[in-house]
Amino acid sequence: MPETAAGGGGVPIELRAVTKRFPGAAAPAVNELDLTIAAGEIVVLLGPSGCGKTTTMRMINRLDEPTSGDILIGGRSARDIDPDRLRRNIGYVIQQAGLFPHLTVAANIAQVPRLLKWDSGRIARRVEELLTLVGLDPATFAQRYPRALSGGQQQRVGVARALAADPPVMLMDEPFGALDPITRERLQDELLRLQEELAKTIVFVTHDVDEALKIGDRIAIMERGARIVQYARPAEILTAPAGEYVEQYLGGGSSMRLLRLTKVGDIRLDSVPHATAGADARALLAQAEDEGRDFALVVDEAGRPRRWVSAADLAAARGPVGELGEETGPPIGHRMTLQDALEALLNADSDVVPVVGRGQAYAGVLSLSTVQNAIQAIKARERERRRRRLSGLTGDSGDGGSGDGGPGDSGSGPGGGA
Amino acid sequence: MNLWEYIADRRDLLLFETAQHASMVAQCVLVAAVIGVAVGVVTYRRPRGAALATGTAGVLFTVPSLAMLGLLIPVLGLGVAPSVTAIVLYALLPIIRNTVVGLQGVDPMLVDAARGIGMSRLRALTRIELPLAWPVILTGIRVSTQLAMGIGAVAAYVSGPGLGEQIFSGLARLGGANAVNSTLTGTLGVALLALAFDACFVLLGRLTRPGGRRA
Repeated sequence: MPETAAGGGGVPIELRAVTKRFPGAAAPAVNELDLTIAAGEIVVLLGPSGCGKTTTMRMINRLDEPTSGDILIGGRSARDIDPDRLRRNIGYVIQQAGLFPHLTVAANIAQVPRLLKWDSGRIARRVEELLTLVGLDPATFAQRYPRALSGGQQQRVGVARALAADPPVMLMDEPFGALDPITRERLQDELLRLQEELAKTIVFVTHDVDEALKIGDRIAIMERGARIVQYARPAEILTAPAGEYVEQYLGGGSSMRLLRLTKVGDIRLDSVPHATAGADARALLAQAEDEGRDFALVVDEAGRPRRWVSAADLAAARGPVGELGEETGPPIGHRMTLQDALEALLNADSDVVPVVGRGQAYAGVLSLSTVQNAIQAIKARERERRRRRLSGLTGDSGDGGSGDGGPGDSGSGPGGGA
Repeated sequence: MNLWEYIADRRDLLLFETAQHASMVAQCVLVAAVIGVAVGVVTYRRPRGAALATGTAGVLFTVPSLAMLGLLIPVLGLGVAPSVTAIVLYALLPIIRNTVVGLQGVDPMLVDAARGIGMSRLRALTRIELPLAWPVILTGIRVSTQLAMGIGAVAAYVSGPGLGEQIFSGLARLGGANAVNSTLTGTLGVALLALAFDACFVLLGRLTRPGGRRA
């Protein structure tokens, strides 16, 4: 039995001029599609229903056979592999999980290992390992039947079943589409966490823009006939949508989405004068005056932000800073999204909130204007990158360039944080 | 002689005939189940095939059982052969129909999932589709069994085995000694046997319910 690479890892997938014509249909469902998916990436096929994204995905594991063209998985043509054996090496997750209701959770997960004729001890160990991996307690869930599980739990089992034989490739067809928003968010987070460990090549089909932006390393936006309108990283799609179709599909609020995609740690933070409680008040005041601030931050021995002190307080003090000033309130973590950070900023008592990095240590400060500047900087950077590429390529999608000059918010003010 | 004395008097014969009847019904239903499920499996994906199979079985079903037995005499003669043939033919319809309905009722998404994780057609059928359709198929077999009970009794008309013999000999001698007792015994025997079989099916249904008992 060909066992897949132990320890996971993905393989690249390449679609070459793939066409799928269903009998009786006037137009092909997928027309001359070329798509290269890098190993270990999550590629989202995004588009309205009926655009051919699911058909595209189903051709990879040959549930639908291409009418013409070729699909290479890890360099091998899918045509040359027996479909059943091919599918055992490709994880498959569908909407509402598709668990077999007459089998226990453990038996559901064990299906592929059984097809691969693993011995029962190895299967039992693998089932336990997988349940733990997807966050379900094996002792509680292994012997339950799917109907006794919530939708979210069922889909966890669905993911576990797909991962059972550690396949290098996973196909996920709107796996979280039927779940409530909170459960969906949680499962998306967990998928990303899993992916960090497993680094599979994942093809993920959805019509939900937010899901695509959150999950995808790259997104292929499709229109009818599975024609790819734009194939790019989420940030680029947001900042430089290729034409009207993409903009329409994204809908409004792309700046809000950018906030959700960007981590606090990824932007340039402001800094403030800071010192421990044992430091000399006068020295700290001098430092604040140097930097043009009328306040400073007191941190503890581990570098964790503790108190704000005003210049006036410092000026009145003698010797060490001590217990001057007031508590800073909860800091912002460097792994928070800008959106969460913005929320924290709006709720904070002060205009400036400290940002902490590893070990809760001071890493900088954030204010509303820092966030604003960061967003504008990202947009400007993407515009610049795009302009450079367009001038290098010439032609192709010249109309996409209209996004460049237009937006009224492009008057990026000289940043205070610079 | 009252009914009880009649039965006591012929205990051995009656037990033999009851056993014969039960065995005939069980074997006929078994054969019908194998054929019926096979026909159902072959045809359920083809609408026309499925319609043809259930249609043919339906036409057979409408032939009165006495007429069917009578028609079989020139071909198969008297005795076991025409009885078994008739019973199997009648038992086919509910089994074929329920097999087709049961298999068509399996969520296509599950079949897709089964194929998608690498099960062959046959394995998906035996591991996923048939187990899930089983309660419906079992109901068909149960209905067929009840049918076979009644037709098995009529089979005595062509000298078939079983309790029908009591009924027909009683009816033939109506007014004579023990005629009513004989008919009554045969009828009650068939009825009790039918109840016993049905109880077995209830039990079997419980034991084989997909997904086990309520967890």
